[in-house]
Amino acid sequence: MTLYKHPSNPGPSQNPFPMQQVSQGYSMPGQLGYHNPVLAKAPMPPGPVLYNAVPPASPYQSAPGPHMPVRPPVGAPPPMQPGQTIPASQNSVPPPTASTNSYYPDAQNPSPSSWNYGVRPPMGMGTPPPGNHVTSSPSPVPNPPSQGFSAAPTLTPNTATTPGPPLPPSSYNSWTQPGSVPPMNAMSPQTPYQPGRPPYGPPPTAGPPPGMRPTPPPTGPHGTATPPPPMAPQNEGVRQTHTPTNSQALNSSEAGGRIITDPPSSQPGPVGRPIGHGYPSLPPGYQNMAQPPNVPPMHPTQPYSSGPAAYPQPPMGAAQLSPSMAAMSMQAQTPDSLRVVNLLQERNLLPPTPYQPPTPCLPQDLQRVNCSPDVFCSTLTSIPQTQALLNKAKLPLGLLLHPFKDLSQLPVVTSSTIVRCRSCRTYINPFVSFLDQRRWKCNLCYRVNDVPEEFMYNPVSRSYGEPHKRPEVQNATIEFIAPSEYMLRPPQPAVYLFVLDVSHNAMQTGYVDVVCQSLLENLNSLPGDTRTKIGFITFDSTIHFYNLQEGLSQPQMLIVSDIEDIFLPTPDSLLVNFNESKELVGDLLKSLPQMFSKTMETQSALGPALQAAFKLLSPTGGRVSVFQSQLPTMGVGALKSREDPNQRASAKEIQHLSPATDFYKKLALDCSGQQVAVDLFMLTSQYCDLASLGCISRYSAGTVYYYPSYHNEHNPAQTERFQKDLKRYLTRKIGFEAVMRIRCTKGLSIHTFHGNFFVRSTDLLSLPNVNPDAGFAVQMSIEENLVDMQVVSFQAALLYTSSKGERRIRVHTMCLPVVNSLSDIFAGADVQAITGLLASMAVDRSVTASLSDARDAMTNAVIDSLSSYRTSVLTIQQPGLLSPNCLRLFPLYILALLKQRAFRTGTSTRLDDRVFAMCQLKSQPLAYLMLMIHPALYRLDDLTDEGALNVNDRTIPQPRVLQLSVEKLSREGAFLMDAGSVIYLWVGKSCNPQFLTQVLGVPNYPALPQNLTQLPELDTAESTRTRAFVGWLREQRPFYPLLHVIKDESQLKANFMQNMVEDRTESALSYYEFLLHVQQQISK
Amino acid sequence: MAFTFAAFCYMLALLLTAALIFFAIWHIIAFDELKTDYKNPIDQCNTLNPLVLPEYLIHMFFCVMFLCAAEWLTLGLNMPLLAYHVWRYMSRPVMSGPGLYDPTTIMNADILAFCQKEGWCKLAFYLLSFFYYLYGMIYVLVSS
Repeated sequence: MTLYKHPSNPGPSQNPFPMQQVSQGYSMPGQLGYHNPVLAKAPMPPGPVLYNAVPPASPYQSAPGPHMPVRPPVGAPPPMQPGQTIPASQNSVPPPTASTNSYYPDAQNPSPSSWNYGVRPPMGMGTPPPGNHVTSSPSPVPNPPSQGFSAAPTLTPNTATTPGPPLPPSSYNSWTQPGSVPPMNAMSPQTPYQPGRPPYGPPPTAGPPPGMRPTPPPTGPHGTATPPPPMAPQNEGVRQTHTPTNSQALNSSEAGGRIITDPPSSQPGPVGRPIGHGYPSLPPGYQNMAQPPNVPPMHPTQPYSSGPAAYPQPPMGAAQLSPSMAAMSMQAQTPDSLRVVNLLQERNLLPPTPYQPPTPCLPQDLQRVNCSPDVFCSTLTSIPQTQALLNKAKLPLGLLLHPFKDLSQLPVVTSSTIVRCRSCRTYINPFVSFLDQRRWKCNLCYRVNDVPEEFMYNPVSRSYGEPHKRPEVQNATIEFIAPSEYMLRPPQPAVYLFVLDVSHNAMQTGYVDVVCQSLLENLNSLPGDTRTKIGFITFDSTIHFYNLQEGLSQPQMLIVSDIEDIFLPTPDSLLVNFNESKELVGDLLKSLPQMFSKTMETQSALGPALQAAFKLLSPTGGRVSVFQSQLPTMGVGALKSREDPNQRASAKEIQHLSPATDFYKKLALDCSGQQVAVDLFMLTSQYCDLASLGCISRYSAGTVYYYPSYHNEHNPAQTERFQKDLKRYLTRKIGFEAVMRIRCTKGLSIHTFHGNFFVRSTDLLSLPNVNPDAGFAVQMSIEENLVDMQVVSFQAALLYTSSKGERRIRVHTMCLPVVNSLSDIFAGADVQAITGLLASMAVDRSVTASLSDARDAMTNAVIDSLSSYRTSVLTIQQPGLLSPNCLRLFPLYILALLKQRAFRTGTSTRLDDRVFAMCQLKSQPLAYLMLMIHPALYRLDDLTDEGALNVNDRTIPQPRVLQLSVEKLSREGAFLMDAGSVIYLWVGKSCNPQFLTQVLGVPNYPALPQNLTQLPELDTAESTRTRAFVGWLREQRPFYPLLHVIKDESQLKANFMQNMVEDRTESALSYYEFLLHVQQQISK
Repeated sequence: MAFTFAAFCYMLALLLTAALIFFAIWHIIAFDELKTDYKNPIDQCNTLNPLVLPEYLIHMFFCVMFLCAAEWLTLGLNMPLLAYHVWRYMSRPVMSGPGLYDPTTIMNADILAFCQKEGWCKLAFYLLSFFYYLYGMIYVLVSS
């Protein structure tokens, strides 16, 4: 067995996914007997770091053989307890902190007048100065302190118990770079192992070993030093759950583990979100208290359903502060997410730092190994016991997945047998329980299975008899190199086919130059190996093929004009080995833009071109990239314009959201069957019926890219975006002939899938290609009552063929607690995941029913859930619109969705824009989706280094996230809006001249150019800070968001202002009006 | 006792309903196979779609026969199903071929459950009407 860290930066190493038990070979008509030369040739994935010096030839198979240094007598294995037994003390709800008023001295609710803009209500000690005065007014808290301390923001930094610099506001992010954050370093040496623990070698990449129980530092850097009670020995069946000790131990052992394992953080991936190892980075108390440090006072009298007892106020002596804080942060976990917030009175609800999803209320040892929420998360982190309970809560239950995300660290296992449950085929995972050394119990179907002999050997510690310490059982996200049973045919090579529209219209936009240029630049970084194949097709009213056979002096163009019955002129030389024909491909790309520059052909035969592409690729499978610039007008699949621009704003009901023809859908299904995925790039200036054309990508697991008003010269910003997207598209990882199966514990079942794929059976998605930027959502339903279950598990297994021709399986497993009270369900609600799932459901609804139906459904989701909370959870009724703290952003996000391009009414929205937004809502991963729905607004002209992050020796300032309201803008400032795929920098008319000169490099406001898309590199502190911040934002996502500097008279100002979702528009409610509407509906 | 047109209609309907019962059973089995992952949705839709229109046409055919035979009660009993068939076919997804079922949406739990329920309801209806037609045939034969 060979383990290695897998640097999954998009470029070099590729992971394939095998067809897992595709029992019906419908997709693979040519089922060849398996024999896999490639795997045999290169069994060793190109990972840079090897765990051990074991040769790659799978020593695992010969486990008891010479590679095993020590084989303890089998009769006397180390006393092994079931490491993953389900703990009993599952749902212990700590006493609520009803006395939260102690942290908010003026606990009286601010008067509703706080809504009157301009009037500053007394908002408690941490009230932020409104609007423009943020810089000038010295805040009692120098910077947003770490979230965990939101309950006592002003105390923590001032006490002597917190050594080290003030925590950066986003303490989560700081975990990624342990070396650079002093508190982490300070902590690591203080994490000795618990004496008496059975010794074993801690696997460097397998995360901190479970036995690691550091003694708490006397004065923890986080102020979370805890009284050190005797630790529970490791592998006991019953775990303590909410003790501060465990949590602290988790915290520091995480930190310690990080410091050992972290590679030099130079990976290009998102720095702020380390996924591969970002498991439970923070103790629950920190994560859940994502509360702005200066939230308005709470309501001291709000009762909690979970227990009326008042939480005793911790003594505030300096010496005792830390322990009490630790206890506080642990015990306050549930109550804080349930803390009642009166939305009508509290204005400042946005967390000051990136949103943290709630931590499932699991025992520490399970939570420690749980899947990262960035990869796999649930809308409800506490699963209701029955469907009736779920219906009562009125919250959607579902999963959001980002299964092929670029991970900075991913354990990869090569072994001859992959251990799976014999009845439900679940992969062994950290949440199974070992009954004894030889048997394990599946956590999905509860069948007892045997542990195979090979599994007894642990290649990480090179010891025998510890199956529960194997990487498969220590990592919730793991990748297997699949043996030959997982293939129906030899793994396919990487095959790329480019289909370009070269009609007159397309040549006018000039996109062909950009595509050819980008391809020339990135040809060598196309993922693949020596078998990689490439081909080109161009089309207008005829189809042009290119013979690139090795040996030709120049590419040969073959024109097929019979578009009714398309055929391949020379079937074997159109798709050629890339390495052999590299020069011909280069020649073709250099000459292609000129070949059609004078064309007068205006027709477009997209349908026949796609049929030709399908025919060309069907023997192998692969990826088709289609570039299209107008409505297809000829041959099969021809479309007619369905949009009436005059009706856009006034139409009562939006028509034509569903496809006009099923040609593209049927072709996509054929493609899916032959493992061909079609990615569609639309570069248009007029309507092109994306609703119909998009089907070709949607059901073949492709992606749609859309560049409205594209023109090389007239729209340089769009061109730049196209270039950046294309670069990412060409160089990112890719998995071929993939399938993804999602299994869940008996009793749960999958209701609906959302995303781009074809659903092949109730739990199996067929993905001809899988790319790292694709997200999926799954609606779940509870079919049988989950009585007698403490936890349920979900497992997503993605089987794919990497571009190197390896069959691989990436397995993510998530474990969640089962609860039987409504208050626990509400406490575990993840508002972002709920919003993401609702958005997908609303897209479906607007296609099957109508847009207004979908809008009503979203509004009703807010009304129903809050009214259910009010009637079922709250014991004492109060006036106002009450929401649990964890759902406080729910109405805001739904309002933002209603104003999103996909669902808005009233304003003139082009049909294609709307359909494209819908495509994105369904297929984007949650993190990018949320920025699209609710962009982040920052003030940039007063950036300071206070509370800055330190990443790779760069100081990243961390300004506060502002509400999306014009009220927050001021003429004297400069504001940055991060909307995911685009970043706007709005510069006020009388902006601070220092900002103009030092950052933008212009002497005054009028001198600011109209279409500035780059920040000049000036040698000033302000410029460095600003560029560091923008660069940091960009690093967090794999694509490259463009920056637009916006002046008052810029065209893009409308786009900027449309994102101000809290304000009233002519056709949509303001946030406050929306809340009033919700309240009115609830009190009906 | 005479062999009237009405009696002929009932006999014909009796035979055709027996055929429809087989259609309904086939439908139920097909959706059960889908639910238990035995079949690929594309294949299953390809086998189911060609059967939809024949079923509807057979039903419509003996409804017309009853209309001609002026069997108003029998016609009235069949009208709801006829109307449902018309509605169902009008609201089918965009498809170029005949049929109702779209392989991309059929795996949705709601649609799957609906189709299964539809199959059972139709089976019950056809069984009941089978015995009703038997009774009706004998009644017409005896009374005339």
